[in-house]
Amino acid sequence: MYRRVSILLRKHFVSVLILCASIVIPFSSVKAADPAKGKATFQTNCASCHNVHKKLTGPALAGVEGRWSDKKLLHQWIHNSASVLASGDKYANQLFAEYNKQAMPAFAGLSDGDIDDILAYIQVEEKNVPGPKTVPGNEGKAEGEGADNSLLFGIITLILAVVALILMQINSNLNKLAADKDGVPTPDPVPFYKNKAYLALIILVLFMVGGYFTINGAINLGRQKNYMPEQPIFYSHKVHAGINQINCLYCHAGAEKSKIAMIPSENICMNCHKAIKEYSGPELVTAEGKKVNGTAEIAKLYDYVGWDPEKAAYTKPGRPIEWTKIHNLPDHVYFNHSQHIVAGKQQCQTCHGAITEMDEVHQFADLSMGWCINCHRTTKVQFADNNYYSIFEKLHQEMKDGKIDSVTVEMVGGTDCQKCHY
Amino acid sequence: MEQKKYWKGLEELHNTDAHQEIVKNEFSEELPFESEGLLNATTPRRDFLKYLGFTTAAAAIAASCETPVRKAIPYVNKPDEITPGVANYYASSYSIDGEYVPLVVKTREGRPIKLEGNTLSSITNGATTAKVQGAVLSLYDTARLRYPSISGSETTWAELDKQVSAALAGLGGAPAVILSSTLLSPSTKKVIGEFLAKYPNSRHVVYDPISYSGMLQANEASYGKRVIPSYHFENAKVVVSLGADFLGTWLNPAEYAQQFGQTRKINAEKPEMSKHFVFESTMSLTGANADERYTHRPSEAGAVALALLAAVGGNVTAPAIADKRVQEGIQKAAKELKANNGKSLVVSGSNDVNVQIIVNAINNIVGANGTTIDFASPANYRQGNDAEMAKLVTDMNAGNIGAVLVYGANPAYDYYDAAKFAEGLKKVKLAVSFNERKDETTELCKFSAPDHHFLESWNDVEGKTGYYSFTQPTILPLFKTRSVQDTLLTWSGNPTTWADYLKKEWIAKLGGNESAWDKALQDGVIEPASAPALGGASFNGDVAGAASKISSAKKGGTYELVLYEKVAIGNGKLANNPWLQEMPDPITRATWDNYACISNTLAKKFSTQLGDDYEITTDKKVLKIKVGGKEIELPLLILPGIHPDVIAIALGYGHNESFGKAAGNIGKNAYPFVSFNGQTFDYFSTDASVEATGAKAPVALTQTHNSYEGRPIIKETTLEEFIKNPKEVNEDREELKKFGPDFRKDATLYPNYTYPGIKWGMSIDLNTCFGCGACTIACQAENNVSVVGKEEVAKAHEMHWIRIDRYFSGDTDNPEVVFQPMLCQHCDNAPCENVCPVGATNHSSEGINQMAYNRCIGTRYCANNCPYKVRRLNWRDWNGADSFENNLYDVADMNDSLTRMVLNPDVVVRSRGVMEKCSFCVQRLQDAKLQAKKEGHPLKDGAAKTACQQACSAGAIVFGNVNDKDSEIFKIRNEKQTERMYYVLEETHVLPSINYLAKIRNKDAAPKAESAHKEEAHHA
Repeated sequence: MYRRVSILLRKHFVSVLILCASIVIPFSSVKAADPAKGKATFQTNCASCHNVHKKLTGPALAGVEGRWSDKKLLHQWIHNSASVLASGDKYANQLFAEYNKQAMPAFAGLSDGDIDDILAYIQVEEKNVPGPKTVPGNEGKAEGEGADNSLLFGIITLILAVVALILMQINSNLNKLAADKDGVPTPDPVPFYKNKAYLALIILVLFMVGGYFTINGAINLGRQKNYMPEQPIFYSHKVHAGINQINCLYCHAGAEKSKIAMIPSENICMNCHKAIKEYSGPELVTAEGKKVNGTAEIAKLYDYVGWDPEKAAYTKPGRPIEWTKIHNLPDHVYFNHSQHIVAGKQQCQTCHGAITEMDEVHQFADLSMGWCINCHRTTKVQFADNNYYSIFEKLHQEMKDGKIDSVTVEMVGGTDCQKCHY
Repeated sequence: MEQKKYWKGLEELHNTDAHQEIVKNEFSEELPFESEGLLNATTPRRDFLKYLGFTTAAAAIAASCETPVRKAIPYVNKPDEITPGVANYYASSYSIDGEYVPLVVKTREGRPIKLEGNTLSSITNGATTAKVQGAVLSLYDTARLRYPSISGSETTWAELDKQVSAALAGLGGAPAVILSSTLLSPSTKKVIGEFLAKYPNSRHVVYDPISYSGMLQANEASYGKRVIPSYHFENAKVVVSLGADFLGTWLNPAEYAQQFGQTRKINAEKPEMSKHFVFESTMSLTGANADERYTHRPSEAGAVALALLAAVGGNVTAPAIADKRVQEGIQKAAKELKANNGKSLVVSGSNDVNVQIIVNAINNIVGANGTTIDFASPANYRQGNDAEMAKLVTDMNAGNIGAVLVYGANPAYDYYDAAKFAEGLKKVKLAVSFNERKDETTELCKFSAPDHHFLESWNDVEGKTGYYSFTQPTILPLFKTRSVQDTLLTWSGNPTTWADYLKKEWIAKLGGNESAWDKALQDGVIEPASAPALGGASFNGDVAGAASKISSAKKGGTYELVLYEKVAIGNGKLANNPWLQEMPDPITRATWDNYACISNTLAKKFSTQLGDDYEITTDKKVLKIKVGGKEIELPLLILPGIHPDVIAIALGYGHNESFGKAAGNIGKNAYPFVSFNGQTFDYFSTDASVEATGAKAPVALTQTHNSYEGRPIIKETTLEEFIKNPKEVNEDREELKKFGPDFRKDATLYPNYTYPGIKWGMSIDLNTCFGCGACTIACQAENNVSVVGKEEVAKAHEMHWIRIDRYFSGDTDNPEVVFQPMLCQHCDNAPCENVCPVGATNHSSEGINQMAYNRCIGTRYCANNCPYKVRRLNWRDWNGADSFENNLYDVADMNDSLTRMVLNPDVVVRSRGVMEKCSFCVQRLQDAKLQAKKEGHPLKDGAAKTACQQACSAGAIVFGNVNDKDSEIFKIRNEKQTERMYYVLEETHVLPSINYLAKIRNKDAAPKAESAHKEEAHHA
């Protein structure tokens, strides 16, 4: 009986939850603000200076609505902070003074609905207090298992081969005995290390194994999977893109427009780091296990750009940072980021891996041609959504007829040589 | 329609043994291991194994070296307008020596890499020329002066300013002269005026090495205005050119080719086109495009003009012209001119005042004034005054000149009496050169204050009155140069910078409106809101006087000499440009040289003639040509179509070594043969003697390369026949019907591949292709095509992806010419693809015959199997793309890190042993498609343009998606031009993606058969 109730509960848990929610939500908010939309707006407009949980250039936004006396005023502040300051609002002026008298840019383009969306997102997000996440170790394990299996197969093959050899030896011995018994003369047995058949077999096996490794090695020449060079500044993607959730495109703005994703120029760093002078996040450790002082790394940036944090001014001419390039494609490959991000709607992580988990970035994929081609063969293009593909009448017809259910990059010419080589 | 015989040279027509030998081999030289060594060695197998072992080991060691660590260096402060990897475009303009071509400059990461015509200009409508296309390479010329200098040693601008100012102050009333070539910039002229005002008696002398002074003077005498009118070839139904090469070199060829092209577009629905007569002494590009062409001696130029005037009804008597054919031609031309009153135009390339007055008189009678000739918006293209220049040189020698400031002129090289100029310059107290390189004149000047390249500078350009264009810096100055205007402002004590000066000037002109100035810079042009009505001018010339002077002119001697400009090299200012040096001359197909062009008849005197081994061997006999006391030795080059008694030599060659690596010591300088007749310079001489020296010199000709061995690849008809039966041109295509209604599908056993999305195709109109070669250079710039040098061109190793084949037909003395641009035809059933052992060349789903360079192992099977001969092997490492540095074969500093800045970063450079060819500018197609995808709409027709298409001034090339029923290319093939549209070698079923439109000549049908007979009789 008890079991049945629990199953029933489990079965209906979701619907009960939805029911509860549907009762509660209409009362809890007047307008249906959309936190998902808010997240997108937040990331494009706000994330460079604000975080929900932390102070960046601007204050942490958790509980922001509570801090403002009037929601209208908050809206006005976002639309045009200068006007609020001019009106002499006490909290606003206090805030302004606290943050080095750096004015918040006006966002006249955001509608009230947009701002409500953002605030809804902040409300949702402030409940997710960041903490050390448990990293599911499935991936490593799975790989280990794969390796174990092939070893197992290898051992079994070896054992079977030895058994086969012994059986063959026994067979020939028995034949010989039988022949002796019949009085048929047989040649003297040759020891197996002088047996030409065995020698040939061994040489063949060695040749194949050697060839396999040589060719594999040769194919991998120049490939740099897992390449993780030391960089002039210990810049942690985990801290920026992971913990602080800065949108990738905020820094790598070229990914949307150009073939090059662009390593951000130093003025982009300084947008935030004029205010963020110290590192206070979780401890940073290099791959070798050395501890890294985050604040000292920020100071390195200041040194490069010639910023004096004491005087809050540029005092020296800036020098560029010579980053070590991690993802290197051969010169004869044309790769365009915007093609993949904008037209192909791919996530950065597809090729760059779990970048938000990486303190130091390493090359995630091997960037080999086989790897590219595989993806082009399996990835579907935005066939129905992007009007560009309307000219592929035959494929549209086949889709309508149910002959195919999707169109891959390959089907629209994505594996032609001159897609990448010219 | 009878199939005419076409020939690049007569050896092809006669199919001589030597010719057969050369076409038998795809590659002109023997392969090294066939002639010696490896195969005959005693132990070739062991050697082979040794080499194999060594190379494998070496490759393994080389390859297993540590992967290089690459750096990525971002900006400190990224400029807002730059996104790495995305091109920026800035409007600018080309105005060197008076040519006016508004431009759009493509820059990548701050480097200008390609020039395109600005389509907003109503004068050129986006047209360009080979010279304009090549100008971007001149920016990165290693021979440019990199700093100011005094007596050859580097100095600072401050020091130079100090010394020059002191020298100017010490002139003591002696005049200062600014000596420049034609300047189109009103603001620069104002700066010059302000400078000259500071020094009493000073003046500005304009000197054009190829002068139009005679025309300017004639117009002054005829119309009271010393101007060049605007010509409107697009309004002319009959064009008569008296030695004016308006499609190649005359005044502003980009503009005229664009206009003339409009009158040569024709289809069966509207079978109309202009009629074009040419009377000239040598074969020019314009002559090659004539419907009817006649040759005369240069001494008869005046007589021809007079005879034409008499024939159209002028009250003059012309001196007798011996040649009956020319006489008939004049009558014929006059008849057409009269019949098309108000729709006719006569232009003359003569620099003789009297000839130009006669031409004005003709134009006046045939109603050209105000219809095809416009005096309401005159052109500023040439302003040189020959008499003033001659006077300056005399004054200099007399010691009457205090200072000479040379800006863009190089008289020590191109003045007819350069020695006298040099002598005079020594007597001048202060000699300053603003020229951008150490040319012959700069070498003689104590002070060198080098100017920026035009892509680094600010300027305004007034091509025609009221029609402005601008130049703006597209890159920071590469060297410690300073713009002339800044220098002159400094020397006249004006602290304003030139950029501010120009801006102030224009904001005032635009009514104090700064945003109008920004828009002007963005558009690149300011033009009258509505085009002003064409205006004539009342003719008031002294025809009788001019006629009597012409009649009393000296008669010519046995041989006469003509000096001409080449399409690519021009007057020689841009000679240090490897792209332009390597561009085959449209007519002679020769590269990297000048030579003495003579007729086949004259050549026989030196026991050389077309059709024997003349065409096959690179070494040509050297001639010594003497005029007066001057002589020059040059290899002879037989040019069909040149007058039998005329020797023609190109100007612009034979520069000093310090001029630059590409131009230095190439060819001979022919400017000493220019003469001064008291009023103007003459570019011919009427009495020359010629003899063979017995020596031989190599000329790198490309005409014998890539032979079709007489296969019919050109289609041509006359206008008359085309009107009568438009379908006649394509009669032979009917034969293909025997395979079935659809030749593509029915003539093969293989299944037909249908292109699911885009299918690229190109159409080339032989009627509007004038052979100018702009496309060749545009392609070279766009696709990083290598320069190989004279020696390698002679070995048929040239790399051009698009070449313009020049075919003669008919009589060797009066041949007709057809130009056929030939590039990869992107065959859908490509013979090259089947034979590649490594699959390096194959077909894309959009119909492009694609090359994967990194797969190519250089077997050259594909080139051997290509019926169009368009594949190019990298015989050497032209680009430093090889792993081994010593393999680099560099011509004229093309691999200097400075020159390499011109490379298009979206296209790779190819390494040695790799085959390459036209890619249909796939990088542009990909870019256009990506743009459409990002915006979420199908690719629009015209959004993807190839470089050759964009460069073509006459619009001969149309490119697009054949699957798109609304595209121009689809309409040409299926609606507009079905009568003229054909594929080259269609019967082989290689299914090319490029179609041609048959050439139509506006001439009587009869003489063709006659000349064909004559030809046969000739060789019977």
